[in-house]
Amino acid sequence: MNTNDFLPWARRAAARRAAAKAPATGAGPLSELPRRAFLKLAGLGGLVIAVGPGGSRRVEAAEGASAWEPHVYVGVASDGTVTITCHRSEMGQGIRTTMPMIIADEMEADWSRCRVEQAVGDKKYGSQNTDGSTSIRDFLPAYREAGATVRALMEDAAAKQWGVSASEVFARQHEVVHRASGRTLGFGALVASARSLPMPPPARLRIKEPAERRWQGKRMPSIDLVPVTTGTAVFGADVRLPGMKVAVIARPPVWGATIVSVDESAALKVPGVERIVRIPPAALPGAYLPLGGVAVIARNTWAALRGRDALKINWDAGANGAHESGAYRASLETSIRSPGAPGRSSGDAAKALAAAGKTVVAEYHVPYLSHAQMEPLTALARFAEGRLEAWAPTQSPYDARATIAEYLGLDEAKVTVHVTLLGGGFGRKSKPDYICEAAFLSKEIGAPVRVQWSREDDLRNSYYHSVSAHHLEAALGEGGKVGAWLHRSAYPSISATFAKDALPTPDELSNGASDVPWDVPDMSIEVCPAPAHTRIGWYRSVNAIHHGFAIGSFVDELAHTAGMDPADFLLQLIGPDRSVDLYKNGLVGASETYYGAPWAEHPLETARVRGVVESVRRRSGWGAPLPRGRGRGIAVHRSFLAYVAVVAEVEVLADGTVLLPRATVAVDTGFVVNPDRATSQMEGAMVMAMSNTLHSAITFADGRVQQSNYGDYEVARMRAAPHAVDVEIIQSEGKSGGIGEPGVPPAGAAIANAIFAATGVRVRELPVGKQLAGWQNRAT
Amino acid sequence: MITLTVNGVPRSFDGDPTMPLLWYLRDELALTGTKYGCGVAQCGACTVHLGGEPARACQLPMSALESAEIVTIEGLHPEGEHPLQLAWREIDVPQCGFCQPGQIMQAAGLLKHTPKPGDQDIDTAMNGHICRCGTYPRIRAAIKAAAGERA
Repeated sequence: MNTNDFLPWARRAAARRAAAKAPATGAGPLSELPRRAFLKLAGLGGLVIAVGPGGSRRVEAAEGASAWEPHVYVGVASDGTVTITCHRSEMGQGIRTTMPMIIADEMEADWSRCRVEQAVGDKKYGSQNTDGSTSIRDFLPAYREAGATVRALMEDAAAKQWGVSASEVFARQHEVVHRASGRTLGFGALVASARSLPMPPPARLRIKEPAERRWQGKRMPSIDLVPVTTGTAVFGADVRLPGMKVAVIARPPVWGATIVSVDESAALKVPGVERIVRIPPAALPGAYLPLGGVAVIARNTWAALRGRDALKINWDAGANGAHESGAYRASLETSIRSPGAPGRSSGDAAKALAAAGKTVVAEYHVPYLSHAQMEPLTALARFAEGRLEAWAPTQSPYDARATIAEYLGLDEAKVTVHVTLLGGGFGRKSKPDYICEAAFLSKEIGAPVRVQWSREDDLRNSYYHSVSAHHLEAALGEGGKVGAWLHRSAYPSISATFAKDALPTPDELSNGASDVPWDVPDMSIEVCPAPAHTRIGWYRSVNAIHHGFAIGSFVDELAHTAGMDPADFLLQLIGPDRSVDLYKNGLVGASETYYGAPWAEHPLETARVRGVVESVRRRSGWGAPLPRGRGRGIAVHRSFLAYVAVVAEVEVLADGTVLLPRATVAVDTGFVVNPDRATSQMEGAMVMAMSNTLHSAITFADGRVQQSNYGDYEVARMRAAPHAVDVEIIQSEGKSGGIGEPGVPPAGAAIANAIFAATGVRVRELPVGKQLAGWQNRAT
Repeated sequence: MITLTVNGVPRSFDGDPTMPLLWYLRDELALTGTKYGCGVAQCGACTVHLGGEPARACQLPMSALESAEIVTIEGLHPEGEHPLQLAWREIDVPQCGFCQPGQIMQAAGLLKHTPKPGDQDIDTAMNGHICRCGTYPRIRAAIKAAAGERA
C-alpha cells in the first residue's frame, strides 16, 4: 500500500480515477433516502435529472441497478418546485448555497422555488469528502451541466407543445418563452411532457456565457440564514429520537493506551446513569476507527458527563507514554540539520550555498494544533433490525458509511448516514471515529445513542495538525538576488494515522513547499524523517500552514537582510512571468497529481503570484509610515490551486498583545461562483491564522495532551480581530481552485512579518504567545 | 420541584438539581438553539437571557433557577425578526452558524443598555464569545447595523 493514498489530494485522485472508469450510461442503485424522495417525486409525475461523470440522465421510477454513479440530482415537481440535492457537507463555506445557485442559474429556475436537500453518504455521488477545498473546483462543470440539461428539456418540451423549433424558445425564470409570440409555459406545467422526451445530446446542452449568468459570480445570500439566526438550524446534537440515550466516553489518554482496570461503582450511582459499556480499542494506528474506552450510557447528557467523571480507570500508557513536546521538538531539529529526501531539486543548492559569499539561515517551529471547531464531536446512531442509521455532522458521509459497515460487520447497503449541518469541521469531521462509537454503542445496547464529546475530549483526542520544524537557507547575492534556496521540513505525517510507522514523503512537500514560485536557479526542498506519536490528521490548509509560515517568514528575513523593501524583494524573488509545469521541472518523487488534479492543468503561473502581491501592495497603504508598535507584513502563498497574498497590519500593545486592525487580501483562484462566501472565507482565514500564529498550541507530556479547553487552548477573539478585511477577488474564467483553505498559509507569515515591522522581534516559533512581553525595552 | 418560565412558558423540573440550564433546555425542552461549546463559560455558545440579561446556561444549575425567567434564542423575537437577527441576515454574518445564537443573545444584551455601541463597547461585550470560523468583523458590522435600525 502506498501510504500517500491517504493524503487528501491523493484520495481525490483515486476517486477521480474510479469515476473515469465508471460506464457513461445506465442507472445506478439509489440510496434509500434521496432515492425514496426522488422516486416519490418521479412517481408523482416529477422530472428528476441525475448528472454524473458520464453525463446526464433521467431517473425513472422503475430504475434498476447498474454501475453508473451520479453525484448530483435535480428534481422538478409538477407544481414547479425544484429540489436540488447537495452532496457536499455544509460547515460554513456556503456550499449549500453555492452549489444550488449554479444549477438554478443554468436551468433558469426561480431561486425562490428551489429547495435544497442534503444527501446521505453514498458512493454514487462520487467524492463527498468535503475537504481539500474541492467542492467547486471538482464539481462546477457537473453542476452547470445539470442545470443546462433541465433547461434544455424544458425548452424542448415547450417547443414540442407549441409545434415550433427549439431554437425559437428560451427558458427564463421558471418558464419557457416563445420568442415570436411571447407565449409562456411554466416549468411545472412542462414536467409531464419533459419526462417523455429523449435526453438532450451533449451537443444540445449550452452552458451560459458569462454575460447570461444571473447569479454565478454575484452575491447570493446564504440559504440557511433564518434557521441559523433563530436557533432552529439542525446541527449534530440537535437530532432526537424516541428512547434515545446519551453516551459520554472515557478514552485512552495516550495514543494506544490500554485499560488495566475500571471501577464503575461511583459512575453507576450517578442519577440517570444506566449502563457502562466497554468499547474495544482499535489496533494502532487505527485510521478512522474509535480509540476505544469506557462509555457511560445515561438518560441525558448531564448524567452521562457526571458518570464519566466518576469512572476510575487505570491505564497502561503503552509505547507513546513518553511523548513529550520539548524532547520531540529537539528531535525534529536534529532531523532538519541533515539532508532529507528531496521533493524538488534543481541545479546544486548545496554547492551554490557553499560557494556563496553571503548566506542566511533560519529555523522555524510550529506546534501541534487542534481544530477546536465550535461544535464538539457528536453523533446519533440507531441500530435496529440489522440496519444502522446515523445522523452526524460529518464532512465525509460516504467514508462514515463504509467505516461503520466494516466496523460493525454490516453490508454497506444496511448503513445510512445522514448529514446535519456542521458546527465547524476544519478537517476533524472528515474522520468518522465518533460516528463509529455511536454505531457500536447503539448495537450494544439496542437503543438509539447519541455520543457527546466534551470540549476536553475534543481537544485531547483529536487528529492533530502536525508539529513541524523547518531549516531554511539561502544564498543572497548582489541587489538581493537569491541564488540558492534550501528548505528542509520535518513533521509527522498524516499517513502514519493509516499505515504503521509511515514517515513523510517528498510528494507531501507539494502541499506548499516544493511548489514555491521563486526564480532561483539552485533549489533543494527536502523532507526529513519524523515519527508519529499521536493521531495526525488534516486541519484546514494542512501542511501549507507550517510551510507557508516558514517560507513567508524566511523571505521577509531575506528582504531585511538585503536591506530591501519586503514587497519589492518578494516581486524580485517571483521573477519574470512564466508558466511552469512543475511535474516536468524539478519535482522529485511527485505523484501524478497536484491537489488531486493533473499537474499540467495547474501550471505554476507566476504572473498570478505577482498579480496578487501587487494588488495587496497597492490597496494596503503599503509603505505609508506607521508609529512604532504598528507594522505591516506581506506574504504570498499558493495552496489548493489558489494564489493568495496578504498584507497584515498589526498593533502590538505594551504587554505584547497583538491586534490585527486591518488585513488586505487578494485571491486569484480562477472563477469564483459566490464572491461573498469567498470573501467570508478569506475573513475567516485571517482570524484562523491569528489563532494559529498568536495563540494556539497542543503540547504533550507523558504522552498526554496538556490542554483541556479554550482557557489553555486559546483562539482569536473579538477584541483582537480585524476591523477591516479588504478582499479583492481576482475574478476570471480560469479553472476554479480552492477557497476554504488557501487564505490561511500566507496570513500566518504576514502577521509574523508585521510583528517584526512593528517591534523588531522576529518570530521563529509559534505561537507568539507571550514572546513579545517587554518588547519595547528590547534593542531593535 | 423547581418552577421557572422559559420563553414565557411556565415549566417545572424535578430532576438532578445540579443539572445546568443548558442541558435542561437541550435535553428536556428540546430547545436546541442554545449550544454546548465548552461547558466552562469560555465560549459563549450557550448564552441565554436570565431575567433579561445575558448569562451562560452551562454555568446555571437548575437549583439556582427557582422562579427564573429564561429567554432563549427561540424566544428572542416572536417572528425571529429582532433587529439583530435581521442585521445578521442582511450582512450574511454566519459561516457554520453554530455560535451565532449565543452571539446574538449577547449582542441583544449589549444593545439593551448601550443602544449605540462603539467598537470598544462591542469588543468588551463580545470578547467572551468564540467564533472559530472568524465572523468577528461581520458580527461587529451587524451589531452596528442593528443599532442604526433602532435609532
